[in-house]
Amino acid sequence: MSDALLVGDVVGQATAHAAQVVGQSADPFVMSFSVFVLAIFIGYHVVWNVTPALHTPLMSVTNAISSIVIVGAIIAAGPLEMNLATVLGLIAVGLASVNIFGGFMVTQRMLAMFKKRS
Amino acid sequence: MLSANMVALAYLAASVLIILALKGLASPESARRGNTFGMVGLFIAVVVTLQLPSVQNYAWIFVSIAVGGLIGAFTAKKVPMTHMPQTVAFMHALVGLAAVFIAVSAFANPVGYGIADAMGSLHVASRIELFLGTFIGAITFTASLIAFGKLHGSLSGSPVTFSGQHLLNLALGVVMITAGVMFCIEPSWMPFLIMLGVAMLLGVLLIIPIGGADMPVIVSMLNSYSGWAAAGIGFTLGNDMLIIAGALVGSSGAILSYIMCKAMNRSLFNVLLGGFGGDAPAAAGGVKEDRPFKSGAAEDAAFLLKNARNVVIVPGYGLAVARAQHALKEVVDLLLKQGVQVKFAIHPVAGRMPGHMNVLLAEADVPYDIVHEMDEINPEFSDTDVVLVIGANDVTNPSAKTDPASPIYGMPILEVSKASHVLIIKRSLSVGYAGLDNDLFYMDKTMMIFDDAKKACESLIQALD
Repeated sequence: MSDALLVGDVVGQATAHAAQVVGQSADPFVMSFSVFVLAIFIGYHVVWNVTPALHTPLMSVTNAISSIVIVGAIIAAGPLEMNLATVLGLIAVGLASVNIFGGFMVTQRMLAMFKKRS
Repeated sequence: MLSANMVALAYLAASVLIILALKGLASPESARRGNTFGMVGLFIAVVVTLQLPSVQNYAWIFVSIAVGGLIGAFTAKKVPMTHMPQTVAFMHALVGLAAVFIAVSAFANPVGYGIADAMGSLHVASRIELFLGTFIGAITFTASLIAFGKLHGSLSGSPVTFSGQHLLNLALGVVMITAGVMFCIEPSWMPFLIMLGVAMLLGVLLIIPIGGADMPVIVSMLNSYSGWAAAGIGFTLGNDMLIIAGALVGSSGAILSYIMCKAMNRSLFNVLLGGFGGDAPAAAGGVKEDRPFKSGAAEDAAFLLKNARNVVIVPGYGLAVARAQHALKEVVDLLLKQGVQVKFAIHPVAGRMPGHMNVLLAEADVPYDIVHEMDEINPEFSDTDVVLVIGANDVTNPSAKTDPASPIYGMPILEVSKASHVLIIKRSLSVGYAGLDNDLFYMDKTMMIFDDAKKACESLIQALD
């Protein structure tokens, strides 16, 4: 419960912080950096609540999650004209897809194994 | 087509779903729902990105997703649970490589990413972000490949050390940063490729001195790196969703590394310097004396187990190596049928990665509510009739608590020596990863059963039936 409150607190601060920064129109990097730091706080609180029994599924699901770089890969692969940039983008789309499908499916497979005493 | 605001809101929704996916892992019931949240989050992120006006190359993108997706799905279905550590290491490598390719692509076509100024040259901030994203991605890629090789057994698990190793790494680090600074001043291919190449080399050199015993820390650390690499790409693209997802994964991996270090009583710095725990155990520290010990047959063990009020089983990685989980589950069922209370005690480093042993037991249909973590179960040992240790060694060694001269002194252990009787199934009196003799073997209350874990469990099943 206290962790949930803390996360809520962090989000509250984020909103207040964002409002303040928007008024002064800060550099986009500073905005992104604020988001980054606050997300680390959320990650810290959420991950300490993960039961140690599920640390392996945690690692496989975070693999799928970090493959969100597929967004960057799709943008790289976006233009119709084929050149170095688009080809590398397409390969990156493929690599990230392996992880997204593999990561979520293997996590699901593991989680399905965890059963209570009948 | 969605407006820029709609895109940003959809990305926000995806970010929230990703946070919920991690939050779900607080318990096995909520974890399954959490995993679905994660999938929906990623799905939203991909669909929204696909409808961006700059994305036109649909046919090829779908082919890439289909090929990658099929490989991923096939691997997920087929991979044995004992191979999870190397599978996860390999997936970290893929994230690292994808990050590198995206960074190279962004550098080749900065206008396409909207990170170029009017002259078509990179913004200074983007240069720094690109530099950071590329080198973290490159190090993650090669370091994870080496970790994969070591875990899979295609590379020796022994630490590779040579004189001047740390000096060489330092020199390479300096070269990499110099190339990075040059790139930030004048973004051209030359410093970019030098930085990329040196980062890849560094990834290899940083992992080769690290021994097999430390792999749980390394896999967790690379998990963290893969997150930072994703966040780095997020900074390059100015995409908050990538930054959030990357930061979550980065902090998750960092926490796991911390937990693993703590469980082995080692500092991260100490692990990274390397040289601890190879394939073959190191020579025993000090003089190894011939001490008397008791050994018995499966029938003797079965008698003790059957007549116990409660039994705690301490499984180690040796159990998985011998593929004895399912046989052990049968032993547990027989004991439960005879009214014996059975619990499992898991040390955080029982497997080859955090939580590995829990998955291996779950795969063998051991219900998770009889599987307990070290801190939960340690107070219960003094009230336990029989402890059955299978394939575990160092994590039960009482010298970690009693002998300040011991190399593992201070490491948290399962305090099995407090139980009334201790049964140890082991092939021989050989030492564990830390290369230490275990006083537990020579205690009066201890009985050794010298056998392969699987055969011993099968004999126990016969004797109990």
